[in-house]
Amino acid sequence: MVKPATPRTRGKSSARSAAAPARPDHNEAKPVLPTKDYDASKDELLEFYRQMTLIRRFEEKAGQLYGLGLIGGFCHLYIGQEAVAVGIQSALTPGKDSVITGYRDHGHMLAYGIDPKLIMAELTGRAAGISKGKGGSMHMFSVEHKFYGGHGIVGAQVSLGTGLGFAHKYNNDGGVCVAYFGDGASNQGQVYESFNMAELWKLPIIYVIENNQYAMGTSVNRSSAEDQLFRRGESFRIPGLQVNGMDVLAVRAATEEALKWVKSGKGPILLEMKTYRYRGHSMSDPAKYRSREEVQEMREKSDPIEGIRKHLEAAGISADEIKAIDQDIRKIVNESADFAETSPEPEGAELYTDVLVEQY
Amino acid sequence: MAVEIKMPALSPTMEEGTLAKWLVKEGDEVKSGDLLAEIETDKATMEFEAVDEGVIGKILVPEGSENVKVGAVIATMAGEGAGDGAGAAAGNGAGEGGEAEAAAPAPAAEAPAAVAAKAEAPLAKPAPAEVKIAADPAIPEGTEFTKLTVREALRDAMAEEMRKDERVFVMGEEVAEYQGAYKVTQGLLQEFGDKRVIDTPITEHGFAGVGAGAAMGGLRPVIEFMTFNFAMQAIDQIINSAAKTNYMSGGQMRCPIVFRGPNGAASRVAAQHSQNYGPWYAAVPGLIVISPYDAADAKGLLKAAIRSTDPVVFLENELLYGRSFDVPVLDDYVLPIGKARIMREGKDVTLVSYSIGVGVALDAAEQLAADGVEAEVIDLRTLRPLDTATVLESLRKTNRLVVVEEGWPVCSIASEIAAVVMEQGFDDLDAPVLRVTNEDVPLPYAANLEKAALVDAAKVVAAVRKVCYR
Repeated sequence: MVKPATPRTRGKSSARSAAAPARPDHNEAKPVLPTKDYDASKDELLEFYRQMTLIRRFEEKAGQLYGLGLIGGFCHLYIGQEAVAVGIQSALTPGKDSVITGYRDHGHMLAYGIDPKLIMAELTGRAAGISKGKGGSMHMFSVEHKFYGGHGIVGAQVSLGTGLGFAHKYNNDGGVCVAYFGDGASNQGQVYESFNMAELWKLPIIYVIENNQYAMGTSVNRSSAEDQLFRRGESFRIPGLQVNGMDVLAVRAATEEALKWVKSGKGPILLEMKTYRYRGHSMSDPAKYRSREEVQEMREKSDPIEGIRKHLEAAGISADEIKAIDQDIRKIVNESADFAETSPEPEGAELYTDVLVEQY
Repeated sequence: MAVEIKMPALSPTMEEGTLAKWLVKEGDEVKSGDLLAEIETDKATMEFEAVDEGVIGKILVPEGSENVKVGAVIATMAGEGAGDGAGAAAGNGAGEGGEAEAAAPAPAAEAPAAVAAKAEAPLAKPAPAEVKIAADPAIPEGTEFTKLTVREALRDAMAEEMRKDERVFVMGEEVAEYQGAYKVTQGLLQEFGDKRVIDTPITEHGFAGVGAGAAMGGLRPVIEFMTFNFAMQAIDQIINSAAKTNYMSGGQMRCPIVFRGPNGAASRVAAQHSQNYGPWYAAVPGLIVISPYDAADAKGLLKAAIRSTDPVVFLENELLYGRSFDVPVLDDYVLPIGKARIMREGKDVTLVSYSIGVGVALDAAEQLAADGVEAEVIDLRTLRPLDTATVLESLRKTNRLVVVEEGWPVCSIASEIAAVVMEQGFDDLDAPVLRVTNEDVPLPYAANLEKAALVDAAKVVAAVRKVCYR
């Protein structure tokens, strides 16, 4: 039984009746998961391959530099999850749509086409880093691209992203916010506070749960009473779709559907991307909570890059062409590492800058 | 060509470890992601992967070896092609055959060497640029004054800024239809509509984050907390998101937001609803913290706060909302942030306070004057940045100082003032600095106990007598 609910009455006190029927603008037509993958052109396939491979190689190099002590602190690699950022970012309108994520943020930035040198130099804490070396791996931003970070507190980016969605609606600029968070963050209270407001105010926001199945070392089943995370919006009337996050074409297709939903003014939507990280939670993860076989099986059967390779072959792209891309990427990544190692650290005076914007 | 595989650092603090087990043998072909070896540290056993493809050449450190230093060459590997050797395995550095690329890589190039030298040089804090804090704007002669309550002054400040700037909006619990839990936002919904005056659910953590996100997205939110006690649920967004983002982003990402609402003890609402958060927020670099006393300052400083590009915590006081003060009738009355105000001049002792404490200090000064003691009363108005220059200048004249604070004594603004005066005004002191604060207990409900716990003029007068030795 549907309990009678109060209709939305903000600004109209006359309609405040406790016995009013359920909210009339309830989302009747639910979005559906596209049954067909995104029909990518040959160029798009190549671009997906290129971006995912760039993320993979970049992250491997970051892991290597971490091993050498050139990257400090926490460093969360995106290896295994490449299809999520690449598939979603490819559907957005740069400069119009906004994006925010947590601390596992290198992949999203690379998918924007942000110079890998600036990202790697941030990881090594150099002045040329995208945050002048003051943010590090977890705190990177590119306001120019409407990429709003890079946030280190689990779940905080969901409220912040809801605020970005609020700004899109307030400015009526046609933009949509994509707020990425993990299966771990999906248990934070502020996520649900944000869901409530986003649906209440019909904000243009796509919530993307990157469910890589482990919140640090705690599996979803051990941490989540409702482990089908795409249902987590239901009590706020936010529809959700569960997507194969290891398949960039499925990710892209679902994103198109989500964008259609949000842009038609129906309010927020939730995409649960089922994905997997091959590496530990961060670089100092002993990985004792899962078996090597489990990781190996995901790599062998579901690797997003191997997946797109098959599409490339089907599209008649030669092995040589793919190899040329690989070599090009290796070069880009090696150059970014060289740059990140040799470019200077921030000037001492930078310690005191950017605390406040104005002088008082 | 052979590439050296080196003992990796698996955590920022690792210096050496045990090579527990090789998972490959000489001659094995490996590709990126293949496991090479298991390394044990004092904290964990971790696997170590190949970064690139190649053929394992010589294994130089046998399994079971203990205390293998990070950076030591443990094996060699032949890369795929001659030109493709770089980056063949995790543990391989950029410089071929470099010795010292481990935890503290010895920079080969010139530039990093220069950097290292620079980094060792003491990081001298730049002398505070002689930023002359603007004085309050002169009020033209003949300006009319009108009696306004603090509540009305705050409302007028928001309304004026909303008229000026479309990006400004007000959000919080009961700010719209209810007209404000304490009626501070009265009339705003009627003038600006529900797009810009927004009732939220009871969800402080959420809407503080929504506000901060909207500010990052280019808007100018004024977020009202029904009281600052409830902002504790939201303090992560205020500090970790709003205050730190500009710094963490190297100055890229602004967060021009005002968090405002009543702060401090109200009346008979007991411990959970009665607390002064001034010292909490004033401790955080990246925030501006303002806590005015009278209506004119409330108006001029709230307007300045809304215009500021920095995140501002604006601490009001419920007991002051209904008090009336003279406010100049001017089109655009904006006051400088970071400037204290001398409320009453005197030569015998300096009383420093803020918010409701200023009223207590002024009462005390009145009583002292009857006794022939002329107290100078300073209203700090802004708690961060703190206008210590005005305090020290007054001290040079009076040589005695008492801080009056409606809040707990430990790690308080009073403690901070005492420390600054000790560090920078020691020679001007003829007596120890005294702190007159609330008692160091949660605020009780019973009327007599509540009264006993709070600052009052009698306690201030007693402290002044002590420092004046009379």
